[in-house]
Amino acid sequence: MNNIFNLSIFLIILSNFSCAQDLKPLDSEGDNSILIDESNYEMELIFEDENIIWSIEFFEDNSILAAVKSGSLFHYTNGEKIEISGLPEIYLRGQGGLMDIVFHPDFKENNWLYFSYASEDAGEKGGNTTISRAKLINNNLVDLEVLYKASPNTRKGQHFGGRLAFDNENYLYFSVGDRGNRDVYPQDITLDGGKIYRLNDDGSIPSDNPFFNNPNAKKAIYSYGHRNPQGMFKHPITGKIWTNEHGPRGGDEINIIKKGKNYGWPKITYGINYSGTTITKNKSLPDMEQPLYYWLPSIAPSSFEYISSDIYPNWKGSLLAGALVLKYIERIDLENDKVVYRSKIAEDLGRPRDIKQGPDGFVYVSIEGKGIYKILPKE
Amino acid sequence: MKSIFIILFISPFIIYSQTDSLAISIKNGKSLYEDFCVRCHMPNGKGQEGIIPPLAKSDFLFKHMEESIKALKFGGIDGVITVNGVKYDSRMEKMGLYDDEIADIMNYTLNSWGNKYDERITEKDVSVIKK
Repeated sequence: MNNIFNLSIFLIILSNFSCAQDLKPLDSEGDNSILIDESNYEMELIFEDENIIWSIEFFEDNSILAAVKSGSLFHYTNGEKIEISGLPEIYLRGQGGLMDIVFHPDFKENNWLYFSYASEDAGEKGGNTTISRAKLINNNLVDLEVLYKASPNTRKGQHFGGRLAFDNENYLYFSVGDRGNRDVYPQDITLDGGKIYRLNDDGSIPSDNPFFNNPNAKKAIYSYGHRNPQGMFKHPITGKIWTNEHGPRGGDEINIIKKGKNYGWPKITYGINYSGTTITKNKSLPDMEQPLYYWLPSIAPSSFEYISSDIYPNWKGSLLAGALVLKYIERIDLENDKVVYRSKIAEDLGRPRDIKQGPDGFVYVSIEGKGIYKILPKE
Repeated sequence: MKSIFIILFISPFIIYSQTDSLAISIKNGKSLYEDFCVRCHMPNGKGQEGIIPPLAKSDFLFKHMEESIKALKFGGIDGVITVNGVKYDSRMEKMGLYDDEIADIMNYTLNSWGNKYDERITEKDVSVIKK
């Protein structure tokens, strides 16, 4: 199935007009300074799949490993779909299940696959976000090691976080959301939840982690005060870790993750409760980080990628974020870390779960219930 | 005399505890609904017309109660359904709910936003429903 999005004169006129406007969100609902992307491109469905493919990762030959939320892993290669065996037991609950997958930067040599999922343990009711690694050899996961398990377990179905990324020094970063308990976890560094974590690639905790010498802290914490970060990439130029996170209504954020910083949730936010009631009057407080950008209205950002490829005219240096609720991919341009342009790609195709640039320079997207698409530029 | 006293004293509590168990289930169901269902079916149970079927005053819910429980237990209903005259063909994910929680969500849904259903759906009712 192909969806072709065509350029129209009207949109060019519209975009020129709208560029003159201030694109920063206003303090009330109704900011609509997002455009239909005027680029010419095509969404090619390359693998059909009726499940939720939560994440995709690429082998060197550009074939795709795909993680299905309900707890299975597939290698798509040469039109074939091969199931990978050896996954641990996955706790499927609300937003939790099998989540992100990422290869070690030296995967070719060491075969390590890192993955996040919700797990249950005997005794304690419920589950929580877990990070493991295993060697992927001959379509089988072996030598499984659990690197981190957030505690305590809870039967709550919300905010597992679960995105993973390596930086240039092979540190592994991952997110755990506030697990539906915002007043307890995100601001307390002695507890898990509402945090970005950093580990060595073997799962040990780096001794220069910000709270390493705090005897009561969870020493793997790298930053805190997050709600539910589910988009993460390493910036290819600066090497920094960028995230987007699901905020409350009107409070979805983009952040650059800095060591030991407090990103404020729920003490500060630009959002309100889904019901319309106030969470806090404070949008900023001393010693709390401001987001680089916040979305109003909320888009429910599911994924985040940086385009370094030259394949798409005008897209190099853009960020892509999946909008789960509004069902499009948002392309964002920045100048000096300020959002100056936003446009919609692949509108109404479905709920985008993961967006990644492949080794071939093309951008691939997984859409819930549909499968994996490749974005093709068109002359 | 003593037995009359006991009957007079105890019986209101027996009656109370029966209505109370429905009330407790509805209360549990409310918090579960706000965790697992609200993002799509909305706080007012109206869903999103043409995309997410409504639960509030839904003819489908009352006519096809077993189907509705199956949808919660196994994840969605295959194919197109018509709810209050509008067709729906969206997927609903399996949420990983326990049978007692499904009963609670049913009781909440059947007794909210203008819906009314006198019988209480129990954990056992849910457990006997097969795919």
